[in-house]
Amino acid sequence: MSEKVREYLSTDSDWTFELLEVYDREIDRIAKLYKLDTYPNQIEIISAEQMMDAYSSVGMPIGYNHWSYGKQFLATQKGYKRGQMGLAYEIVINSDPCIAYLMEENTMPMQALVIAHACYGHNSFFKGNYLFRTWTDASSIIDYLLFAKNYVRHCEERYGQEEVEQVLDACHALQNYGVDRYRRPKPISAAEEKTRQKERENILQQQVNDLWRTLPTSLKAEKNNQKRQFPSEPQENILYFLEKNAPLLAPWQRELIRIVRKISQYFYPQRQTQVMNEGWATFWHYTLLNHLYDEGKVTDGFMMEFLTSHTNVVMQPGFDSPYFSGINPYALGFNMFQDIKRICENPTAEDREWFPDIAGSDWLETLHFAMNNFKDESFIQQFLSPRMMREFHLFSIYDDDEKNKYLIDAIHDERGYRKLREMLARQYDLSVREPNIQIWSVDLEGDRSLTLRHTMQNGTPLSNDTHEVLKHLHFLWGFDIHLETYKEERMIKRQSCPSTFIEE
Amino acid sequence: MSYIIDRRLNGKNKSMVNRERFLRRYRQHIKEAVSESINRRSITDMERGEQISIPTRNTHEPSISHGPGGKQHRVFPGNKEFHTGDQLDKPQQGGGGSGSGQASNQGEGEDEFSFYITRDEFLNYLFDDLALPNMIKKTLSQSKEFKTRRAGFVSEGTPNNLSVVRSLRNAHARRIGMSVGKRKKLKELQAALTGLSASGLDDSSEALALKAQIADLERRLKTIPFLDDLDLRYRSQVKVPTPSSKAVMFCIMDVSGSMTQDIKDIAKRFYILLYLFLQKNYEHIELVFIRHHTSAREVSEEDFFYSRETGGTIVSSALKLMQKIVEERYQNSDWNIYAAQASDGDNWDDDSPLCAKILGDSLLSMVQYFAYIEITPNQHQALWEAYTGLSRQFSSRFAMAQIRNPGDLYPVFRELFAKDRYQEAV
Repeated sequence: MSEKVREYLSTDSDWTFELLEVYDREIDRIAKLYKLDTYPNQIEIISAEQMMDAYSSVGMPIGYNHWSYGKQFLATQKGYKRGQMGLAYEIVINSDPCIAYLMEENTMPMQALVIAHACYGHNSFFKGNYLFRTWTDASSIIDYLLFAKNYVRHCEERYGQEEVEQVLDACHALQNYGVDRYRRPKPISAAEEKTRQKERENILQQQVNDLWRTLPTSLKAEKNNQKRQFPSEPQENILYFLEKNAPLLAPWQRELIRIVRKISQYFYPQRQTQVMNEGWATFWHYTLLNHLYDEGKVTDGFMMEFLTSHTNVVMQPGFDSPYFSGINPYALGFNMFQDIKRICENPTAEDREWFPDIAGSDWLETLHFAMNNFKDESFIQQFLSPRMMREFHLFSIYDDDEKNKYLIDAIHDERGYRKLREMLARQYDLSVREPNIQIWSVDLEGDRSLTLRHTMQNGTPLSNDTHEVLKHLHFLWGFDIHLETYKEERMIKRQSCPSTFIEE
Repeated sequence: MSYIIDRRLNGKNKSMVNRERFLRRYRQHIKEAVSESINRRSITDMERGEQISIPTRNTHEPSISHGPGGKQHRVFPGNKEFHTGDQLDKPQQGGGGSGSGQASNQGEGEDEFSFYITRDEFLNYLFDDLALPNMIKKTLSQSKEFKTRRAGFVSEGTPNNLSVVRSLRNAHARRIGMSVGKRKKLKELQAALTGLSASGLDDSSEALALKAQIADLERRLKTIPFLDDLDLRYRSQVKVPTPSSKAVMFCIMDVSGSMTQDIKDIAKRFYILLYLFLQKNYEHIELVFIRHHTSAREVSEEDFFYSRETGGTIVSSALKLMQKIVEERYQNSDWNIYAAQASDGDNWDDDSPLCAKILGDSLLSMVQYFAYIEITPNQHQALWEAYTGLSRQFSSRFAMAQIRNPGDLYPVFRELFAKDRYQEAV
């Protein structure tokens, strides 16, 4: 008996720094068995108050100062003090080393869960997923945030807090339009370097051309041509466009736009991989801690506490439950990864028909493949099995604002599987979730007004906020703003800022 | 490879700057909320912060998103009885529906963003336009003052409180206690040794063994530390509230028809200021509210500020009542008596000299301080003229001021505080 007790890593619910190290070492060892490739971990123990601070700065360890974070803090503080909400057990930051915050109030089993979840689950996702690999640079984010904080403070000292706040407010309103949605940035290659070099030459050339243009030989036709062409293609990244082209901004204002844009870009992959990221982390804390239990290193009590939290996390209430608040990304993601593992290990005839490529394959390899190469939308489209749809009792309703009834257009049956899967995948597609607005043209020769085009999707109008956002846009651009809404190639609405009227 | 870092000792108020900025941005809203809440609060209820609510639409950060409407498919979990092709009635509210996430922030309604401010912040906003110097603001919002007093000895403390005598005495006792057995043994051995050497057996193996034992004991006695951590004693200092006595504050106000609610609100802030000042100096404060028109009456705070009566004005009635109350209830010399009178300056013409007489003859010699404020933009009237003589005669305990706007309140208090500082210096 006493020999068996000695094998447990701990039997108490209190944690100590030594125990954290022991657990971390053990989890690390097991994670390696499952080929989880991670950044080094930096585990920071913090108090509840510090967790509230971390919350209010959207999880960034260093953030520039802005009133909106203060608002967030007040809301968090009130919610927490009144007991309306618990704090998250952890916050993890996509950086190298990967920073994870653990609350001191957690018990030992909770700390182990969090270490497995954040330091090995999320961490390996940050390192492995293609979106994070292409969009974010984990090794430099902390440095960049520090730079941003100092830069903003420097600007405040120099130009005044209110001036800076005004620019940041405007940028925050547009921050979802500060990423390149459909084009991903390429790493600079030798060829790229050459084109950049060429660009620089072109600029020199242009200056020469400008000299020429002052000569009276310039042609009107040429000018007209040029006017039509700016920007030569519609621009989806509004903040980038403003940073580079807004005529009246001072250099420091452009740099502020750039800061907001960069941070927005840093968070862009997270917004697209919520289900996968949480699912992956949940899958691994479940698998790693079970492995630990199977080796006889943790007690039954430990497992009971762990499983209670785990079950709470992956609970999915039905649409008619009072606890329902949308599809729980933890539940969907965790169950999908479990399901993929099952399809690999024990495929049914249905699975073989739906997933001929992965049925019976090596589960670990398949899981890593899925984690590396997908985002929520494509992950669901590719891997959501009929069995999962049945287990979740998924159904799709069609809501047409011109009809007074909802139509159930697919349920979890043979006829509905494909449609249901497509609909669910689309629900996670950011380009569907967010209105499609692009910079269309600038009236270079006339009043320098900026025209944006909103292409309507499924007849969904813009929210009432839009005009407020246009005011911010107007502030940054400095001249009139027009927003045209197009429905099937036809303009149906035009809003302007400044404006006294809205054309319908 | 993992690093585990304990960050708990790092600052926890990282968000304070941002919170401060939020408060500054919504300063106007907060001030309104504070003024509103002061109407609900009693003068004595200044010990807590306040919950501030700002309409959500003012703190909302706009962003571009989809509004309700259009043609959408939505997937939900938990189907029980639906089949493909079923039609469902839409909920009454229209578009938004059951939790599509985006509908919620569209509400035009009276949603409010609410949060707490502390007592100090509350008072800051309250006195914001009173033009109080910061030093005074701080003095007002500070809680009790403490004095440190010796309270025996403790085993933990800072080096500057080390009590050398106590520590050494302890060390001495410990050394005696720890060595008592060994010294006894040593004495026995030495006696045995002298016995042996007396009988000429100095070099015998027995004597050598005894010598070795003695040497060993002496060495062990030496290892007993002269001073150990256990011995250290520190002088203990405890904080005790400064001893204070009792005060009574008379609030006297004219409630005749000419006193509008605005004037009363200014008066209320004046009373709050005085109350806070007294609270800082006295442990126990009683409040007496006297309102008057042609006759005076002692009333509750609620009636004092918020019920209206019409009629003429005879100020002396209130002063007489105050005198009577003092004689009945606050005769005892423990009581420090303060009085604050607010009025718009109206009085029966032949009553004003009587007021000055009551004050000058008896009342002013009983009170610590009597402050009179006349809240009116107009010319002074008879009462003011009558009081002017008093303020020259009793400059140390009588102050008066005309208040045109709340910023004028402070000068009355400046004298009070100047006096306070003078006393401290003495």
